[in-house]
Formats: sequence, C-alpha cells, structure tokens
Amino acid sequence: MKKWIAFWNILLKDMRTYYLKPPNISWGIIFPLAWTGMFLIRSGSGLDSIPALLPGLMAISILFGTTSMMAVTVTFEKKNSSFDRLLLAPISFDLLMLAKTSGAIFFGIINAIIPILLASLITDIHVASWPLLILAVFLIATVSTFLGLFIAIAVKEVFEAQTFSNFFRFPMIFLCGLFIPVAKLPIFLRPLSYILPLTYGVDIMQGLIRGGNVMPIPLAFAVLTAFCILIFVLNKHFIKKRWIT
Amino acid sequence: MDKDNMDIVVRNLSKSFQAVKAVDDISFEVRTGELFGFLGPNGAGKTTTIKMITGLARPYSGTIITAGIDCSQNPKAAQHLIGAVPDESNLYPELTGFQNLCFCASLYGIGKAEREREAGRLLEVFGLSEAANRKFGGYSKGMKRKLTIAAGIIHKPRVLFLDEPTTGIDVASARALRVMIKDLNRQGTTIFLTTHYIEEAERLCDRIAFIVSGKIVATDTVQNLLKHHEGKHFLHVTHQGKNADIAEKLSASFDAMSFSFAKDNTFRVESSQPINITPLIKFLEELGIDVVEARRITPSLEEVFVRITGLEAETMQRDKEKKGGGK
Repeated sequence: MKKWIAFWNILLKDMRTYYLKPPNISWGIIFPLAWTGMFLIRSGSGLDSIPALLPGLMAISILFGTTSMMAVTVTFEKKNSSFDRLLLAPISFDLLMLAKTSGAIFFGIINAIIPILLASLITDIHVASWPLLILAVFLIATVSTFLGLFIAIAVKEVFEAQTFSNFFRFPMIFLCGLFIPVAKLPIFLRPLSYILPLTYGVDIMQGLIRGGNVMPIPLAFAVLTAFCILIFVLNKHFIKKRWIT
Repeated sequence: MDKDNMDIVVRNLSKSFQAVKAVDDISFEVRTGELFGFLGPNGAGKTTTIKMITGLARPYSGTIITAGIDCSQNPKAAQHLIGAVPDESNLYPELTGFQNLCFCASLYGIGKAEREREAGRLLEVFGLSEAANRKFGGYSKGMKRKLTIAAGIIHKPRVLFLDEPTTGIDVASARALRVMIKDLNRQGTTIFLTTHYIEEAERLCDRIAFIVSGKIVATDTVQNLLKHHEGKHFLHVTHQGKNADIAEKLSASFDAMSFSFAKDNTFRVESSQPINITPLIKFLEELGIDVVEARRITPSLEEVFVRITGLEAETMQRDKEKKGGGK
C-alpha cells in the first residue's frame, strides 16, 4: 500500500507539473491537426483519405508526444538532481520506472485519441474492434515512452535529449510502413523495419481501421508486448549502471 | 565494538573514478543518536561516501551496514530508515514549499492527512509558513536549504545525512540551521554531517572524522582531538618579504618552537612554552622580513586539522567559496 502511495504521487506530480501544462495540451491538439492538414494536402483526395491517414497520424502523435516528454522531463530532473530524490525513495526500480513512465503513457494515449475524435467529427470511421485499438494505442504509447526513457538514460543535457530522440524517431516513421508499405521498401531496408516496434503498432492499427494488415494481429500484439518488456528490462539495467555510478 | 549500538558501520569502503581514488579503503562507524562530523576539503571524498551509504553510488569494494541492515549488495534495503539532504537544494522548482514537502513524504508511503499535517508543522518549525504556497524556484538560498532539510526529515528518518548544510547561505540562516540540526539530534536522530567549516564541526559534532584525498586520517571526539594540543601555544604570523633559508634559520635560533610554513606568506609557530613574540619579530626583521601580523591562537580543532592533514583550514574554506559557497 505504502509503495502505491509513492507510485500514485509520482504520477500525479508529473501530470500536474509537466503533462497537463497548457503548452503541452495545445501541443496534443495542434500536432495531430498539423499532420492531418499536411497529409490531406499531400494526398489530394480530400476527407475520404482520412481513414487511411488515421493510423499513421495516431502513431506519429504518440511517438513524438511520449518520447519528447519522457526524454526531456527525466533529463531535466536528472540535471537539477531532483531525480535523486526518487532514487533515494524506498521503492523498487521497477515501480519507480512505472511511476515515471505512466504519465507519459497517459499523455501518449490522449495524443492518439485527439486525431480519432477529430476524424470522427468530419468523416465516418469504422473500427473493427475498439478494445483492440485501445490496447494497441496503449502498447504503442508504452513502447514509445520506454524508448523516451532509454534516450533520457543515454544523455546528460536536455538539448541532447531532443537531438537523440530524432535519431530514433525519424528512421522509425519512414521505415515502419506509415509512408511506404514495408513490402515496397528496398529489400535491404526491410529487416530494419521489423526491428522497429512502431512497425507492429502501425500494422495493428491499419488492420483495425481500414483492413490490410500484413501480419496476423495476435502476432503483432505479441511482438509489441515483447518490445515493451525488452526495453523496460534494458532501461532498468542501464539506470542501475549509469545513474547509480 | 557493539554493532547493536551503531547506526552506520562502514568497513574498507573504496570507490574510484577511472584512475582517481575518490574513497580509499575507509572504515568508520556512527553510533546511534550521535552527531558525527565528516570533515575535509573539496574532493576529499565526503559526498561520494554519503552517496555510497545512501545508495546513490556503487562502492568498488567494502561493506555498509545501516541500522543493522547490510546494504552492500542491496542499497535500497535501508532507504526507508534514512533521510538525505544533498549539498545542493534539489527540490522541484515548480512546486510550492508545501507541495514539495507533501510529495517527499508521499515517497515514503505517508498518507495524505499525515503528510499535510507534518508538512505544515515543519514549515512552522523552519519559519517558512508564510512562504508555504510560494514556488520553491522563487525561494532565497537560505529558504531553499531550510526546505531541503525539512524534506529530508519529513518521514522521520532514523539516520539523517546532511551534506554541507550551511554552505552558501547567510550567517543568520546558517546559525538558525545549526540550532535546528542540534535540536534534531537531541530528539534522537543520528546525524552524519559533512562540512568544510571546522568551527561548525567543532560546535555541533560529538565525534569527527578527518578525510583527505579519500582516506580517513583521524577519527575521535572533539575533546580527544583537542587533548593533543593541551598545554601548547600557537602563533600565526603573516609577513612580507622573502628569505630562502627562513625555515632553517628560525628552527636553529628558536629550538623550543616548531614552524610550519604555508605558501601565502604565513607561518604557524607551535611551542609547549608560552611564546615571546618580541624576539621573534626582531629576528625576522634582521632577516629583512616585515611582520604584518603576529596573532596568538587559542588551540582549536583548526590546529588539530592543520597538524593532522597538513592542509591550511583557510585553503579549504576558500576552495568551497570559489564554488559559490560562503558563510
């Protein structure tokens, strides 16, 4: 019980101090709007193209929202040593990591909900299974947040966190099947696509929103979950190694 | 030694940063209810030692037992029993004083009603009630130090680590903090205090360890450390002008005295007999050296520190002030 008091309060503090700040709320709205506008203009097929664009929009919103927030907030707290307070607290590293990442995961989910809401206002959206879509959004937000934490562990300065985030994000959005289907990528790039977690998340969402997933959905879910566990374990290892020096 | 009466037992603790030995095979213990001082210059290994005991750094070798719990393999094992106040105030700038204290209490699993009550009480005790709803980022240095200490004790730790608690704050705040530290100790909290202010350690601590270049060079009570200087007389001389053989000439002419020279045109005279200043000044003038000041010194911990470590106490203080500290 005592540990969950700590968990809940770390989450609550992060929500109040970072994620629910007006600039971040407006980011959550403006970012998907800007991407929607850009894709609509590019596709030239008007509102009909929205269901095709939606999985990509949701994935990009989650990826950018979570990795940015996670990497920057944790690096900021490490820089001003306030993160040491959390390392001194009598809670396990597992619980501490879950508490610190929960806020960003929630922020990522909200980032994905906004494009769905906006899309459903202007066109007909048919989702094969809402619970599976929500689960996919949750897993994409989780894996992206864990990637954000991985970035935070690797860097020392806040500006480095942003630069290093792009090192992961841009290859991911180009190789995960958002712009070009994985099958149409040059053969030497395809293996790269399959080591990116977003590939599996995007494939699930494409399957659920417009059909046409490449992999069986249960397999994609399993791989995405495995990525979450793998990055969590790696993060824990590197936190102990780099932060408890 | 009876380990039941010890809150901290450290044995053969070492830590290196690449080729530099930050902490070199140190052993000491802190008794239950004791106010233990860890005194040394910058880079001596004070903060690294605290970090290893509190679980923020990994020792290279050695054992750490905190409140009877062996933390060598699991640094988190005793974290519920300790409180730590780092040398820099590290609370959350965007939270208010009250919110910061409540948040820190929640990390130790303290329920809402209790943490709010305790936060209010500590704000009152530390004279910060009026600033309770102001953001920590807007606090003065002294207020930040006070709130950081309050955050370190809100969960009523059995052992409190204070790293340079009065560095960088004004005289009045430093004095108020010392009173608070003493009060906390009287109430039963074991305190491990690092400082580079010798007089602060002398005034507050029951026992003191001197650490220099990662090694503990002496550990004892203030009284026992001072015993070495009972019946001794000291003189601190500041001069102008140089004479290459000044040390040998003085030693040859005043054989009842011993002289220790610093780089900054000062030297210290130690004798078991009362020191007669006039012949000394006359002798120096004959060597072409002008005496700017000759000051008798009452034996204090500073003399003990200088004798044991070979470091000038003022050098230690200056180093710290360069870093932005000051009393």
